[in-house]
Amino acid sequence: MSGSPYAAPSEADTEAMLDAVGVDDVDELFDIPEPVRFDGEFGIDAKSEQAALRETKRRLSKNDDLTEFLGRGHYEHYVPSLVDSVSQRSEFLTSYTQYQPEVTQGFLQVLFEYQSLLVELTGLGVANCSMYDEATALAEAALLAKRVRAADGNRVLVPEYVRDGHVSVLENYTGGADVTVERYGTDDGNVDLAALESAMDDDVVMVYAENPTTVGTVEEHLDAVGDLADDHDALFCLGSDPVAMSILQRPVDVGADVVVGDASVLGMPTSYGTGLGVFATREEFLRQVPGRLVGVSEDADDTRAYTLTLQTREQHIRKERATSNICTNQAWVALRAAIHAAWLGADGLVDLANEMVELPRDLAADLNDIRGVKAPVHDRHHVREFQARTDQPAPAIAGDLETEGFAAHAVDDHTLQVCVTDANAHAADEFVAAVKEVTE
Amino acid sequence: MEHYDQARYGPADEDTNEPLLSEKDQTSVDVDSPLPDDLTRDGIELPSLEEPELARHYVRLSQQNYGVDSGPYPLGSCTMKYNPRFTEEAAALPDAAVHPDRSGGSVQGTLELMADLQDYLARIGGMDAVTLQPPAGAAGEFTGILLAEAYHEAHGEGHRDEVVVPDAAHGTNFASAALGGYDVVEIPSGDDGRVDLDALEAALGENTAALMLTNPNTLGLFERDIEQIAEMVHDAGGLLYYDGANLNALLGRARPGDMGFDIMHFNVHKTFATPHGGGGPGAGPVGVSEKLAEFLPDPHVREGDGKQSYELYTPEQSVGKVHGFQGNWPVLVKAFAYIDRLGDDGLGDASAKAVLNANYLAEQIDYDVPLGPFHHEFVASAGDQDAADVAKRMLDYGVHPPTTKWPELVDEALMTEPTEVETKSSLDDLADAFNAVAGEDEETVASAPNRTTARRIDQTSAARTPRLSWHDLD
Repeated sequence: MSGSPYAAPSEADTEAMLDAVGVDDVDELFDIPEPVRFDGEFGIDAKSEQAALRETKRRLSKNDDLTEFLGRGHYEHYVPSLVDSVSQRSEFLTSYTQYQPEVTQGFLQVLFEYQSLLVELTGLGVANCSMYDEATALAEAALLAKRVRAADGNRVLVPEYVRDGHVSVLENYTGGADVTVERYGTDDGNVDLAALESAMDDDVVMVYAENPTTVGTVEEHLDAVGDLADDHDALFCLGSDPVAMSILQRPVDVGADVVVGDASVLGMPTSYGTGLGVFATREEFLRQVPGRLVGVSEDADDTRAYTLTLQTREQHIRKERATSNICTNQAWVALRAAIHAAWLGADGLVDLANEMVELPRDLAADLNDIRGVKAPVHDRHHVREFQARTDQPAPAIAGDLETEGFAAHAVDDHTLQVCVTDANAHAADEFVAAVKEVTE
Repeated sequence: MEHYDQARYGPADEDTNEPLLSEKDQTSVDVDSPLPDDLTRDGIELPSLEEPELARHYVRLSQQNYGVDSGPYPLGSCTMKYNPRFTEEAAALPDAAVHPDRSGGSVQGTLELMADLQDYLARIGGMDAVTLQPPAGAAGEFTGILLAEAYHEAHGEGHRDEVVVPDAAHGTNFASAALGGYDVVEIPSGDDGRVDLDALEAALGENTAALMLTNPNTLGLFERDIEQIAEMVHDAGGLLYYDGANLNALLGRARPGDMGFDIMHFNVHKTFATPHGGGGPGAGPVGVSEKLAEFLPDPHVREGDGKQSYELYTPEQSVGKVHGFQGNWPVLVKAFAYIDRLGDDGLGDASAKAVLNANYLAEQIDYDVPLGPFHHEFVASAGDQDAADVAKRMLDYGVHPPTTKWPELVDEALMTEPTEVETKSSLDDLADAFNAVAGEDEETVASAPNRTTARRIDQTSAARTPRLSWHDLD
């Protein structure tokens, strides 16, 4: 094979085009000074489609086939086939940002429906059509807080249960704005209100909490967190996800000013952490929102039409004064999540969320029956996941579980974290048997 | 020219197209949960439709959307290539669906593919090390800024607080530098559309952290003085950053590393043909020279010490994380499969045809193309016409228009990048569309489009009265 199979001009075309341009060889079109021309090889052999697919398959087949009981911010639910079949329609897949809304009404409407879903779930007035993931959405929330509370200070408070990696992203994104990120204590898997209260001051611009938390617990003091933030004129940012939000306390009702989270719990299989950053906030902060917003307007026939709007917030217009540097986002993941949510409908979403409360409760009870295992560690309600204390070293147990065909988190020397959803619940009994086998 | 009418659905006697899901159904559900009432919400209200109705809804919406597979999409700076379907199959392989907290030992296949993609990109860019974590081009730029900051700090040069950006650069360059806390020093381009060396000299100094440069630049012009630019930036103690948006012009013919760039990002959704997905996800891997490798994001992939073939590790002076997990993994799988299929020959040919197509199209259109010689894209001027109107009118001819009114260096800019995927005949059709509009009167052009799902949309009304969810509609 020579040449790219996806470069369309034929040899005859190429000759005719070179003639039209007035050169003999395409090399003449490259205006590159001799010293920086590349004459070497990459050393990558061209392949047939079949061989290239085989090469990818060959590599990936080296992954162990484990049944995962992993969560901590990246979750899997069963994804209905409709999601793949619709999202793979190339009118959706191969389009780009809707700079020409007149020919991209379809995608804009799906994104508008996605925003509407998040407005319903959060109770907040505005949701954008995606950030990269929960960690970057959290960082953008802190930057928004710093902008709208600039006179007050620069501290952002996050609870101890947040993933270290998320805090690292938060620190990286906010360092340029001189924001200081501080951790505050937790109590039995929930916010420790006394610890938060003592950390609070008027120089705090944002307080973050999660529901459910990264350790799987349902937060029981969100009203108090919201009040504390309010007392000090700080924003309250709540982390959640669209499945959990369908049954848990409505964010707006507990005083949340911003909701972030990962909506790729809908529409995506586990994908090594690919996210869909939720960003919703109160209408008063509309002009400070990062990322793209789809709005309704009318066309020349006075027919309803959708368009990207309030773009003067964005980098391609506002440059260094933009609300964010984001351009390419996660639109197609949002489309998949929207289809999944629509497929579930109101009842289906609530039923799924309720199942996510029952499954970890039952699995924790079964694990608790094993000698040397106490589960759940936290005396709380849980969504999808929980922690278990083990007499034997947790990393060794996690290692042994791998040889039994399962993956679970070892979060410290004697703590496992276990996540169970509709995607792996069928294997829960085998998982319990394996834990029993490797611990007893 | 081709006949074109985009789909329209909806009740003939009403002022909507395909109704919203919420207009088809709204179901209120009281939340009855195993949780105590004080920890739950009262209820939710959402559409609840059966799958056949949903399938029809989304298929109709897809027919009201224009993609690369619908027709020419010469959107300048966006490299709207054909997206090979086999890469979708590669990314959807069951073995690819793993959790990011899996132990390194249990995902050797994933790590091998990442290591090989890092290696491919390093070879293509002339870089020494590559991180795959940044989830998009702008995130790659920001990662580059973090790396530059860490590098300077490690060398006792933490006072450097300025990033120099040419006026023709992408808006993200300015925004990414500002996000990192840097003052942006904008320099004007010369009359030839390239970096003005005097302006650069004046901008550089002891506070310069980096120059961010796109090459070929957004006008499609190669920065011929790149060796001198690199020397000037390095002499001032700064680093040279390469914005990879236009790398499709150079594959196999020049490499950023060889030009003196210290840091670069790749837009795999541009150069390596992963689908743009209506706005994303993309991926923005960042390549660096050896001296910056120890600062790369955490974790990084490398060959193991024997026990494991590949392993995750934290680079010695890592800047930490720029994404909660490992970025947009499925996109990386697609990029790997594309590069692996094309190889040296295919990648070089892609650039050759992309540059030939742009040059041929520029030759065929009646609009003035003021600068050159250009590579994979050119910026024409709509002259007396309004470029935004020209774009709307082109929609009536069944093609996606160029990027408009930017870069501002060209009056009423039509920034056009046909990519290698168009045949001569489709370029001729595209040129016919340009030329038909060029010959039309102002009223015709200003009243377009007419054959699209929506006619001209009122942007002012959208912004003045924001209606951002179905809750905001009557």
